[in-house]
Amino acid sequence: MTDSAYEPYYVPHSSKLPIFASIGIFLTVFGIGHILNDLSAGVDSAFGMVTLILGGLVMGLTLFFWFSKVIEENYKQLYSNQMNRSYVWGMSWFIFSEVMFFAAFFGALFYVRVFVVDWIGGVGDRGPSGMLWPNYEPHWPLLNTPDPERFPGASGVIPAMGLPLVNTLLLVTSSFTVSFAHHAIKEGNRKRIIQWLTVTVTLGLIFLFVQGYEYVHAYNDLGLTLGSGIYGTTFFMLTGFHGAHVTLGTFMLLIMLFRALKGHFTDDNCFGFEAAAWYWHFVDVVWIALFIFVYVLGG
Amino acid sequence: MITEHPHDSHGPDKGLMRWVVTTNHKDIGTLYLWFSFLMFLTGGVMALIIRSELFQPGLQLVQPESFNQMTTMHGLIMVFGAVMPAFVGLANWLIPMMVGAPDMAMPRMNNFSFWILPFAFGLLLSSLFMEGGAPNFGWTFYAPLSTDFGPPSTTFFIFGVHMMGISSIMGSINIIVTILNLRAPGMTLMKMPLFVWTWLITAYLLIAVMPVLAGVVTMMLMDIHFNTAFFSAGGGGDPVLFQHIFWFFGHPEVYIMILPAFGVVSAIIPTFARKRLFGYESMVYATSSIAFLSFIVWAHHMFTVGIPIAGELYFMYATMLIAVPTGVKVFNWVATMWQGSMTFETPMLFAIAFVVLFTIGGLSGLMLSIVPADFQYHDTYFVVAHFHYVLVPGSVFSVMAAVYYWLPKWTGNMYDEALGKTHFWLSFIGINITFFPQHFSGLAGMPRRIPDYALQFADFNMISSCGAFLFGFSQLLFLFIIIKTIRGGEKATEQVWEGAHGLEWTLPSPAPYHTFATPPSDLNDAHG
Amino acid sequence: MLLGGNAAMADWAVNMTQGVTEISRQVYDLHMIIFILCVVIGIVVFGAMMVSMILHRKSRGAVPATFHENTKLEYLWTVIPIVILVVMALPATSTLQDMYDAGESDIDIEVRGIQWKWQYTYLNDDPAKEVRFVSSLSTPRDEIENRATKNEFYLVEVDEPMVIPINKRVRFLITSEDVIHAWWVPAFAVKKDAIPGFIHESWTIVDEPGIYRGQCAELCGKDHGFMPIEVHAVSEEDYEIWLAEKQEAARVVYETIGKEWTFEELMATGETVYQQSCAACHQLNGEGIPPVFPSLKGQGLAVGPIAAHTDIILNGKAGTAMQAFGTQLNPAQLAAVITYERNAWGNNLGDHIQPSRINEILSGGAQ
Ligand code: HEA
Ligand code: HEA
Ligand code: HEC
Ligand code: CUA
Ligand SMILES: [Cu+2]
Repeated sequence: MTDSAYEPYYVPHSSKLPIFASIGIFLTVFGIGHILNDLSAGVDSAFGMVTLILGGLVMGLTLFFWFSKVIEENYKQLYSNQMNRSYVWGMSWFIFSEVMFFAAFFGALFYVRVFVVDWIGGVGDRGPSGMLWPNYEPHWPLLNTPDPERFPGASGVIPAMGLPLVNTLLLVTSSFTVSFAHHAIKEGNRKRIIQWLTVTVTLGLIFLFVQGYEYVHAYNDLGLTLGSGIYGTTFFMLTGFHGAHVTLGTFMLLIMLFRALKGHFTDDNCFGFEAAAWYWHFVDVVWIALFIFVYVLGG
Repeated sequence: MITEHPHDSHGPDKGLMRWVVTTNHKDIGTLYLWFSFLMFLTGGVMALIIRSELFQPGLQLVQPESFNQMTTMHGLIMVFGAVMPAFVGLANWLIPMMVGAPDMAMPRMNNFSFWILPFAFGLLLSSLFMEGGAPNFGWTFYAPLSTDFGPPSTTFFIFGVHMMGISSIMGSINIIVTILNLRAPGMTLMKMPLFVWTWLITAYLLIAVMPVLAGVVTMMLMDIHFNTAFFSAGGGGDPVLFQHIFWFFGHPEVYIMILPAFGVVSAIIPTFARKRLFGYESMVYATSSIAFLSFIVWAHHMFTVGIPIAGELYFMYATMLIAVPTGVKVFNWVATMWQGSMTFETPMLFAIAFVVLFTIGGLSGLMLSIVPADFQYHDTYFVVAHFHYVLVPGSVFSVMAAVYYWLPKWTGNMYDEALGKTHFWLSFIGINITFFPQHFSGLAGMPRRIPDYALQFADFNMISSCGAFLFGFSQLLFLFIIIKTIRGGEKATEQVWEGAHGLEWTLPSPAPYHTFATPPSDLNDAHG
Repeated sequence: MLLGGNAAMADWAVNMTQGVTEISRQVYDLHMIIFILCVVIGIVVFGAMMVSMILHRKSRGAVPATFHENTKLEYLWTVIPIVILVVMALPATSTLQDMYDAGESDIDIEVRGIQWKWQYTYLNDDPAKEVRFVSSLSTPRDEIENRATKNEFYLVEVDEPMVIPINKRVRFLITSEDVIHAWWVPAFAVKKDAIPGFIHESWTIVDEPGIYRGQCAELCGKDHGFMPIEVHAVSEEDYEIWLAEKQEAARVVYETIGKEWTFEELMATGETVYQQSCAACHQLNGEGIPPVFPSLKGQGLAVGPIAAHTDIILNGKAGTAMQAFGTQLNPAQLAAVITYERNAWGNNLGDHIQPSRINEILSGGAQ
């Protein structure tokens, strides 16, 4: 590691970007907070929306300039190998923290599914709670909730072997295509890079479309909603956060596609691409876990 | 290959903007430390309001609903606003100097991590003025009190927590990368000072559990606004699920607040004992074991929620085990002092008080881990006494020790030793008067988080409140000493302390704006 | 003599109570064992530090030794603590097993936490014989707000205590209506969280008659500090007498339901009920603490159609602090408080509702 010979490390001069990013984040969450509270209180006000749009704008622009700056510095060859290693480590541990974020939601699913659904019915070691819910039968997927007035259950769940299987295939394939693009970079074959990236991005978009279609079906035909009890809750939160990550990942790859079109990336200078690709693989792995635990074992 | 000199030797920007746009680890460290001190005073004022209300039985100063807001905000601000940023500030100042790096690995992101915080806490504090008041459900925000029954400001509280989470995650990624990638050539992991080691491990704890906290507050948000059922039995969820996820974060969190303190103390004691740290390697292994164990003991905060007996026993045994590696640390410090040649300057006084009072807090923690006994201790002032012993004369004293120890290096001036010692003794006496009696009121049955209490607890509460004011106002002396030192004083030498070892002591005092642009070559006694 | 008195006082005030059950005494002993072990550890560690600080100081000319490692020592101070931990874990495990070993109970009481009072239901196979009442703080507001001198049992006294017989195994089925509370009586060493939607069990066998006090031990909102528990342990005969009286009283209430109440009677009863059960949130003047606790004065359901008004009081509103009072108050009290709200604080609607009507609604007449 650091035993190698000394390389100068680039320390950037002061920068206004972070403060704008902080303001951007603040405005964004402040706006969302207002919108949510207004919704729940039944108030009609534009304040939240305006703040959110402003925040989003500041955030978007700041990120754009930030990444442009990094790319520019990279092209000025200010970055040593050691610097690039910092980015590699940074991205890996960022992905690790994302894994932990999903772990919280998977943990909730396991706990509910393995313990709570039984416990509410008075089955198991946690006391005769069934006395409180005389009409409740422990069963997974939980369609008839203990309190159907507040949490009207769904009439069915989405079977694993339909669209979710298709989506699994789409994402797994896209993991391969993104690797092909990587190989293409290593070979310096620009045309191939662009081809494979286009395919990957398209697969991502199809995935998102299918997912959206499935949601509409769940809401309209099955009564499976966020508010339909813990099955709907865990189902939409897990797949929803995954979907959000796919969206982000697709967006990242799209940027990489534009960069490739502009002629960026060489075999030893393509970390931006690699970071996006790792992120994509991570999203893929999460999906496989989802497919198994939410759809196959859950349905 | 490298065409331009990557490091134009720029100094700091002029004026106040310097602090907004800086990418310099020393500037950012300073920002963190001042921010933390401000939050300490803010949270401290809230503690003083709590203690004033509890001075006598009856409702005097605040109504119950404001009291609950004070307790909640006090806990949140002290944990997330005072202690954690203080340690990040120390990390920023010291880690690059200790490992011989030119700066933190990602300087711009470093600035970003800091500047999120004022916004996050601004958001949190502004909730005090919102309709319905600030969060009032305790710093542990158990559902459903915080979901179905929370005030509207809960939404902003949740986003505030998200922002702190983003800040901590970026901060710790930066620290990990700096340590793993920017060490001077020749500095192997086992040559790093213990402070660096403890921070490396702390940073891993942070990136592992802050996302989990983000997850659990997100679930709350959904339960509040979108009728999800995570924490409602009526929909098949469970309020206890909240506690499991919260404490999966919360327990490692308390070690996040103590491991860097262990690092600080492991730097100070050898210096003033003029003797190398005893058992360096076993200290590293002990720290790692503590971190590992911290992930598998969370339910010891939930012994009374009705966990099946097998679970209770498992969590009890696992928790008790933490006493072993922690004991190793305590014994190593004692062995370092043993047959040394000790002097007792202010940092050393704080460090010794740390060892003693932290051990008292640790021992009461061990008592709490014994399930049947915890049925009697849980949610009483015995718990409050426990965690203030580990947090105030633990974490907070270690930060104070660190400030006295490194202040001459940061400012180039020596602080006033007589004033420093006065500050120490006032704090030491104040803290014990405040928190020792709480053990008794707790055992006698006083629940925590109550604005008013039965008459039998009156005496202890009165003593405790007096102590709190003594301790609180002594901190103004601390502020005075720091400002005085920054403005002038006896010039400090390079090594500052006779027995000090480590790279930071090879630099001039005050340390120049940029250090180790080229890595140091002599790493012989990097960790003393 | 003075000293002895002080010591006894001190013993009562600074340490855990020994309690009045087999279990609570076991817990106390366990507490003392671990406490003493901790004190011993403290003495050894701090003693070593003191010796070193006194002997090995530079001002006494101490020269630093150079040792900084000793594997044997490291092993030693890993192994000794483990041994101590085992010594602590053994009695802890067996006490815990005793606590979890529930066995057949003689009496089952459902303990239900409701923002900021406890409701006790003595379960009975014959529902007509079931006794149910709400137990809430009885300390007058004046004492709390320092307008009157505080009595000896300030904040740990209730209007209607739980009564249990001694030497019988009493099982508590603990649950909650709204947020998490915890039912804690130190003298029994029973502390269990009351979790909405779940029931947790605990049990006790008290062996001395007496009055035992406790408090809610989990932050449950505004008046968490004002949610005491009082248990009267009495002889078995006294318990039977008490139970019979309770059952009889319930029957009398049932009879008054049938009769026609006058407006004045309803208003008078209503005011008392309102002060006891509603004023904590909606305040004495009916103005509440908006936005969390709505005002009932001149607005909303309290001045709207009587059916909706009755409904929210009987059934509460799920997911808010507004509880279902249909199970807490009897029909006469319910009718009275509804009438009161519609006519107090200048609401002056002039209408009222009869207990008999409430009874119909409660027994399903309205659905
Ligand atoms: C810096 C923070 C910090 C630290 C380091 C600790 C350390 C420990 N804590 Fe503490 N704890 C808190 C902060 C901390 N805690 C907080 C904030 C809460 C309350 C949260 C809330 O509810 O709001 C809490 C609550 C808490 C509880 C829950 C109590 C309850 O609510 O009922 C428990 C129960 O097991 C516990 C146990 C322990 C143990 C076993 C340790 C151990 O790590 C201690 C180990 C140390 C020693 C034991 C001393 C030194 C060792 C020796 C000298 C060796 C020889 C010793 C033996 C062989 C015994 N803690
Ligand atoms: C690191 C964390 C930390 C620190 C440092 C402290 C510091 C203090 N804490 Fe706190 N505390 C917690 C963490 C911490 N606490 C937590 C997590 C809880 C649980 C919350 C919950 O239940 O949810 C808690 C709860 C808690 C309670 C229980 C409240 C309850 O259950 O209702 C009490 C009561 O005595 C208390 C007291 C104090 C006191 C007196 C201090 C003193 O050390 C404070 C010292 C005072 C000052 C530093 C003030 C100095 C300021 C001035 C002199 C004014 C200057 C004015 C200007 C500049 C304008 N704390
Ligand atoms: C623990 C707090 C609490 C207590 C005690 C309480 N309430 Fe309420 N009450 C509430 C809350 C909170 C609401 C608002 C519910 C909502 O969000 O609609 C409410 C709403 C109401 C409403 C409807 C107001 C409206 O216009 O929407 C009425 C009427 C009412 N309560 C009557 C009573 C009566 C009668 C009692 C006593 C027998 C009582 N309340 C006791 C908290 C309480
Ligand atoms: Cu009920 Cu606290
Ligand atoms: Cu813990």
